[in-house]
Amino acid sequence: MKSSSSSTTTTTHTPTATQEKQQNSQIKISPQTRTKTIDKLIKDYEAIIGIETHVQLSTLTKAFCGCPYNYGAQPNTTICPVCMGLPGSLPVLNSKVIEFAVKLGLALNCNLSLNSKFDRKQYFYPDLPKGYQISQFDIPIATNGYVDLDLPVEFGGGHRRFGITRVHMEEDAGKLLHSGNGRVPLLEIVSEPDMRNGIEAAEYAAEIQRVVRFLGISNGNMQEGSLRCDVNVSIRPIGQSEFGTKVEIKNLNSFSSVNRAIDFEISRQVLLHSQGQGNSIVQETRLWEEGAQKTITMRKKEGLSDYRYFPEPDLPEVILKKEYVDSIQNSLPELPEMKRRRYESMGLSMQDVLFLANDINVAVFFDATIAKGADVKLATNWIMGDIAAYTKNEKVSINNIKLTPQELAELIASIKGGTISGKIGKEILFELIAKGGTVKGMIEEKNLVQIVDPAEIEKMVDKVLLENPKQLEQYHAGKTKLQGYFAGQVMKLSKGKANPGLLNKILQQKLNATRRSGFKSCLGVGLSLEELPNELYTIDWP
Amino acid sequence: MLSTLQQPPRSLSRIPLHLSSIKPLRSFFTVGSASVSASASQDQSSPPSSQILTVRHSLLSRQITATQLAESYLSRLSLTEPHLHSFLHISDTLLRDAQLIDRKIETGEDVGPLAGVFVGVKDNICTDDMPSTGGSRILENYKAPYDATAVRRVKEKHGILIGKTNLDEFGMGSTTEASSFQVTANPWDLSRVPGGSSGGSAAAVSARQCMVSLGSDTGGSVRQPASFCGVVGLKPTYGRVSRFGLMAYASSLDVIGCFGTSVADTGILLHAISGHDRFDATSSNREVPDFTSQFSSINLMESKPLKGLKVGLIRETLEDGVDNGVKSAISGAASHLEELGCTVTEVSLPSFSLGLPAYYILASSESSSNLSRYDGVRYGNQIFAESLNSLHGDSRSKGFGPEVQMRILMGTYALSAGYYDAYYKRAQQVRTLVRKSFKEALDDNDILISPVAPSAAYKIGEKKNDPLAMYAGDIMTVNVNLAGVPALVLPCGFVEGGPAGLPVGLQMIGAAFDEVKLLKIGHIFEQTLQGCRFIPPLVADDLVVAKDVFRG
Repeated sequence: MKSSSSSTTTTTHTPTATQEKQQNSQIKISPQTRTKTIDKLIKDYEAIIGIETHVQLSTLTKAFCGCPYNYGAQPNTTICPVCMGLPGSLPVLNSKVIEFAVKLGLALNCNLSLNSKFDRKQYFYPDLPKGYQISQFDIPIATNGYVDLDLPVEFGGGHRRFGITRVHMEEDAGKLLHSGNGRVPLLEIVSEPDMRNGIEAAEYAAEIQRVVRFLGISNGNMQEGSLRCDVNVSIRPIGQSEFGTKVEIKNLNSFSSVNRAIDFEISRQVLLHSQGQGNSIVQETRLWEEGAQKTITMRKKEGLSDYRYFPEPDLPEVILKKEYVDSIQNSLPELPEMKRRRYESMGLSMQDVLFLANDINVAVFFDATIAKGADVKLATNWIMGDIAAYTKNEKVSINNIKLTPQELAELIASIKGGTISGKIGKEILFELIAKGGTVKGMIEEKNLVQIVDPAEIEKMVDKVLLENPKQLEQYHAGKTKLQGYFAGQVMKLSKGKANPGLLNKILQQKLNATRRSGFKSCLGVGLSLEELPNELYTIDWP
Repeated sequence: MLSTLQQPPRSLSRIPLHLSSIKPLRSFFTVGSASVSASASQDQSSPPSSQILTVRHSLLSRQITATQLAESYLSRLSLTEPHLHSFLHISDTLLRDAQLIDRKIETGEDVGPLAGVFVGVKDNICTDDMPSTGGSRILENYKAPYDATAVRRVKEKHGILIGKTNLDEFGMGSTTEASSFQVTANPWDLSRVPGGSSGGSAAAVSARQCMVSLGSDTGGSVRQPASFCGVVGLKPTYGRVSRFGLMAYASSLDVIGCFGTSVADTGILLHAISGHDRFDATSSNREVPDFTSQFSSINLMESKPLKGLKVGLIRETLEDGVDNGVKSAISGAASHLEELGCTVTEVSLPSFSLGLPAYYILASSESSSNLSRYDGVRYGNQIFAESLNSLHGDSRSKGFGPEVQMRILMGTYALSAGYYDAYYKRAQQVRTLVRKSFKEALDDNDILISPVAPSAAYKIGEKKNDPLAMYAGDIMTVNVNLAGVPALVLPCGFVEGGPAGLPVGLQMIGAAFDEVKLLKIGHIFEQTLQGCRFIPPLVADDLVVAKDVFRG
């Protein structure tokens, strides 16, 4: 137990949180004086942050063009008339998109519009074959929800609830034709301007990722662009009720860049404001430059753009029946927030809770292990410790290792029941992770059952003491640290199978005994040292 | 379904029995004995019969081959096209397609209900084997990589595409003069417009250049040219036929429609192309009834076959501004319906006059959006430029004609922030009113009737510089698109003009998805209409020429 919990401490942070922390400090690499002034100044301001998140529904490649036209025979023509926007082609909505939107709407505690529709958003762009994007304008499918989350412990922790303004369906306007996958459907999630700093924003985005992954509607991968965040940031002096000028930040490819970009932008705006240059904060879109760790102007907005929205005549209204919504509601999986509250009620610390609940695969593994009757805290320790270390080193997901929750539960039970030692358990674990198999099979195969027979252990202790007269002498001369050495030798002799508690107990007794009665008498058999055979006692391993 | 269909007994006399012998053109294009001098005034010959069924019968009874038919249509095209300019493109696989049908028939394979039927397709409907330009310079030589669903369904039923017909650019116009490539003439009078925007499809059927054709109807583009050219035009319920592959003009109004020389043919063609399509989310899931089961032979009809049916004559369509000739043709048609047993009463649709401005706002708005895909980047004509804005701008200003540019500008204006509520939103409110008033009127009546246009075909160039006058001509038809209901236009009389009079059409409007009733009433009306044959003089003239050619 000790061994596993000790290795956990190094991996307690969520991967994001670890990055946040490191990268957070990177921001402050800037000249110390400046940082100090800004830190001081920031206290007088409040940042208002809202996020637009685009989630690509990855399981559907062709949601707006259920097109069977197969150009496979002709090279480089894997696109269908619909995604090419060819004359005469029409969009057709895959019903999966609606199902996914309803799922997300419910998961984000939104009100669903039983009657919603699609609209056309019109502008010219070479990447926009039809000259418009199919989206939802004035009647989105879901509105007025919220998301609950727990901030990481390293950042002070705390529970937060951020509002969701709306969720709507649209086609991906950013996909080039040569992607060959048609125009992928998206869900856009617009938050209320409820976040106040980079961490809150990054955690909001991370929670959205968790929700879509738990729902199974998207892989939520930020690097691939399956989940994209555009962030709006404004600041205002504390106490002021009207909002400051809002700046949009794009090109955020990770949660940590969300965090850092926002903190950078807040500092930038605060600095300008404090220098009396508040009016040089203009409504614009800025790009986050990962290399330079700063935001730069991408385009200034010249007034409001007129997208000439109007109802999409090619698609019928989206009508949701109550029974349909109910059936989806009833089939929703356990969501991250529910998981966290459940784990918390199981007595786990927030650190443990977040570690287990942050990754759907970890949570599933944990839940399955528990379901097999494993001790909650022990299972947590194994998962957060050795298993996490392995998956991190090998860069694999927990659902791709060969160890099954069933066997982890078995392993925990075997240790707890004393069949094997913790040390053996750890060895078996790595073999199970890499090669699979069963705990029972491995114990039998390798004859790993723990030695709990005191006589047998005593024999080994005697042997070790006999073979190390010098060390024994030193021990008695006061170098008591050597007890550990002896224990190690005995353990080695037992091939790790000796019950450590028993071993230590017997060793202690023996050491005490040798001090009192002299070396020879400690050998229960009463033989003199010279009389002992030259051959050492060894266990014959199969 | 087709086997149950009763044919008018005299129709067999029109079958070209000796096509391969000395007078192929004459024998095939003789449409009854009096047709050589077809005109309004004199004709006691038989009512129109289904060309589709006639051809089927002739093919299956081996009286003729599809190849022979194709050859005669090709020679006919070579005679008529120089006068009419109905087609932008003629299929170069016509003979091959026909031979394929012949082979199927020879080997006893099953052939589809449109086997050997030559179908003209409006050029804003995509075909994968011919160019699809939408009548626009910006898509000159553009070839679609796929067939529109309606076209695919025609081909699946073994129909043969004969060519792509001329139209007002992207369907925007009422004369076909707004085509970027050519002006189509009206077969009844070559100095007159065929109507539009499906003018090419209407003229081609009228001049017997093809048996049936597909058009599109956004505000009357099938019905008005049907009226001008004296053919049957059917605008189905919105959603009845997939729009996939139809170049969008105004998506919420666009419908693919059918032209034929008989009600039965439009019904058969509609049946072939109808039904849900997973590529068009606005296509209806409703079951497609057998549109053709109602076509009974006149011999089997009772004296008052339409007894008990209530017909509403829309009062607002017979007010000032409608030609007297048109008015009297319509009242003649109303009397005819009464003779057939209908009760005809005048009904008022108070929102009728609001429909025209609402239509032009909605159609322009949607078109400004639908046409933004033509930016010169991926397909069509590109005007090279250094900057992206100039590439878009130049490609569009050189590629689009003036009428299209005007509508894009109007639509862009109507959708702009600050104007949306005053224009687009208001027009949508009017649309709701229009739908409601149609619904109410059609709850009280089986069908509504009205003229199709305030006048018969007018002269080429007459309204070219007066767009408002041209738009005003759409007042009878646009409300039907706003309401989404089906309408059938069939020739009902003549007014003076041209060498042999000009045809006038009657518009019958039905309840949504009740095309069956329209077709039934239309068929009986057509089969019982006495004294009118709607075969344009051009057809007769050609026959004279052909006769001379063969004699020489």
